[in-house]
Amino acid sequence: MNEYNYSLNYIDELESEAIYILREVWAQFQNPVILFSGGKDSIVVTHLAKKAFYPSKIPFALMHVDTGHNFPETIQFRDDLIKELDARLIVGSVQESIDTGRVAEEKGKNATRNALQITTLLDAIESNKVDCAIGGGRRDEEKARAKERFFSHRDDFGQWDPKNQRPELWNLFNGKYFEGEHFRAFPISNWTEMDVWNYILRENIEIPSLYLAHEREVVWRNESWIPNSEYLILEENEEIVTKQIRFRTLGDITITGGIESDADTVEKVVQEVSAMRQTERGNRTDDKRSETAMEDRKKQGYF
Amino acid sequence: MSISDNQLLRFTTAGSVDDGKSTLIGRLLYDSKSIFEDQLEAVESTSKRKGHEGVDLALFTDGLRDEREQGITIDVAYRYFTTPKRKFIIADTPGHIQYTRNMVTGASTANAAIVLVDARHGVIEQTKRHSFIASLLQIPHLIVCINKMDLVDFQEDAYNKILKQFKDFSTKLFVKDVRFIPISALLGDNVVNRSENMDWYKGAPLLHTLETLHISSDINKVDSRFPVQTVLRPQRDGFIDYRGYAGRISSGIFRTGEEVTVLPSGFTSKVKSIEGPAGSVDEAFAPMSISMTLEDDIDIARGDMIVRSNNKPQASQEMEVMLCWLHSNASKPRTKYTVRHTSNEQTAMIKEVIYKIDINSLGREFEDKEMQMNDICKVKLRTVKPLMIDSYKNNRVTGSIILIDESTNETVAAGMIV
Repeated sequence: MNEYNYSLNYIDELESEAIYILREVWAQFQNPVILFSGGKDSIVVTHLAKKAFYPSKIPFALMHVDTGHNFPETIQFRDDLIKELDARLIVGSVQESIDTGRVAEEKGKNATRNALQITTLLDAIESNKVDCAIGGGRRDEEKARAKERFFSHRDDFGQWDPKNQRPELWNLFNGKYFEGEHFRAFPISNWTEMDVWNYILRENIEIPSLYLAHEREVVWRNESWIPNSEYLILEENEEIVTKQIRFRTLGDITITGGIESDADTVEKVVQEVSAMRQTERGNRTDDKRSETAMEDRKKQGYF
Repeated sequence: MSISDNQLLRFTTAGSVDDGKSTLIGRLLYDSKSIFEDQLEAVESTSKRKGHEGVDLALFTDGLRDEREQGITIDVAYRYFTTPKRKFIIADTPGHIQYTRNMVTGASTANAAIVLVDARHGVIEQTKRHSFIASLLQIPHLIVCINKMDLVDFQEDAYNKILKQFKDFSTKLFVKDVRFIPISALLGDNVVNRSENMDWYKGAPLLHTLETLHISSDINKVDSRFPVQTVLRPQRDGFIDYRGYAGRISSGIFRTGEEVTVLPSGFTSKVKSIEGPAGSVDEAFAPMSISMTLEDDIDIARGDMIVRSNNKPQASQEMEVMLCWLHSNASKPRTKYTVRHTSNEQTAMIKEVIYKIDINSLGREFEDKEMQMNDICKVKLRTVKPLMIDSYKNNRVTGSIILIDESTNETVAAGMIV
């Protein structure tokens, strides 16, 4: 903040924008929740929600879509945070969706539970009567997200229609809906990966250790280092090795690739990210399936 | 100064593929090294598949599948890049007449607008339309990029001719700051790097211009307005009687100890404390999100506005508004709409369409009074209860409204209070 000309720097401006959106969600909806994945973006959104309502406690429940293929650290982190915030946790379980026959597990070497999450998410939204799910989605992540609104309308099938979105002008948001429909809200739409990291550093926000470089057991697959886990099925001529690894995004343990890195502090991560020449989703096999993989999943109701 | 002291500049680019708009954005991203290797590889392979020579920069801004298939941009897309001097947000909007509503949307939050002119064709209707919308939405800075200079042999004459054309027509517009830059987006001249082909041009390249525009005074710092979004009542130890009014300052500055008036009730009090995102502060200014407590216990709710007592907005139930119709359902006379103005919501009715603007000739039509999608009209609006308004010219936040159709819940119009 510059005292002399009363102007905000870009991080302060993005922060105030996000806080404004979070308060607007609270004021316009009956039962909003934060979609909490344990990833850095949803952690930042939760941190912003803390600020937006201080000294009140955060008024949103945290909703976690649990694929069952988690990094153990993610679950620990989630539970610690819930305790600290004194917030309610809602878990939508993909395993339960499979067990009850709502979805069927994919087969084969590249099988993931990524697409299955959509059904679990929509079921959890419906059964908990959630009318707005707040996400950590950013427009810089992927081309289908570049056209996403702050307040994104979903029809009563939970679907997104990119051609028929409500125009958003100035800071005037329209969260009106009919029975059965819901909204997604994206308070950090205008942030980039770099902004998120700079903010984590500045605010000293705690993040799962997965984001920092550690020695981990990994296997080289699809151009990145996939972590060893009980779900990993080794192919012929694949071999588990130990490397200094960190993750740029956290998704399912089965598909999230790490990178070799020495960045074992947030400062070093910020330096590394600013020199990075690959997008962060470049290591996610779910986005590599086709050129429009994200667009297709979003239309169906993905995050 | 460290990077974290840098400001954020939002700009809009309106235009069609023919103007080289996508190429220009691609060039800005590419030359400022904002393109990642995997994005570059994807675009290289698509360029090759389509038989282009080299990298087709326009592909960096390629959007959804429907758009790629039809080769058009449907909607506003947002792009981001950062230089050592600033962070930028581009609202990339399509330029055809049927997309006026998207241009208006992109322009609503912009500090600057880039208008592209094809050096071969000069000022055409589309140029006028874009410039008019920039002026209507009160974008403080307008940058006219005369593109494809390579196709007119980088001649100063061609540039000067267009400069004159533009100045002749822009006397009808109200834009504080207009600049002209001759560029070739395709070859990179005067986009990021200074052109070696146009040594007659003494001004700065586009990126340098964007990096140095003076934007601190784009926000109104005089008229202190604080619309209340929500009331914080923690009701826990240490905060039993706490009532914090949470919101984002629309304009001006608030200081502790200062006398304020709460509207519409008219009660006055003093600011007791201000909580900013980083903790307690003695003063706060637009566009900060804060919460404020007052010395006196006054009944305040969402939709109320706290202002400085010696400088109040106008309380009005009837107002003239420049309205842009956004929806495919035309306006219906005497229909009730929900109007949203800051955090306030009221029922409103369009009493009269005064005139419609012919967006190409910029003339006024007084006969045709039905508002169709993309029409811009001056109307008389009446609300059930007063709104606390400023003119849009003085205040882009407290001077703007949207209309919502109560039967569909859709946002159907955006308005600027005259």
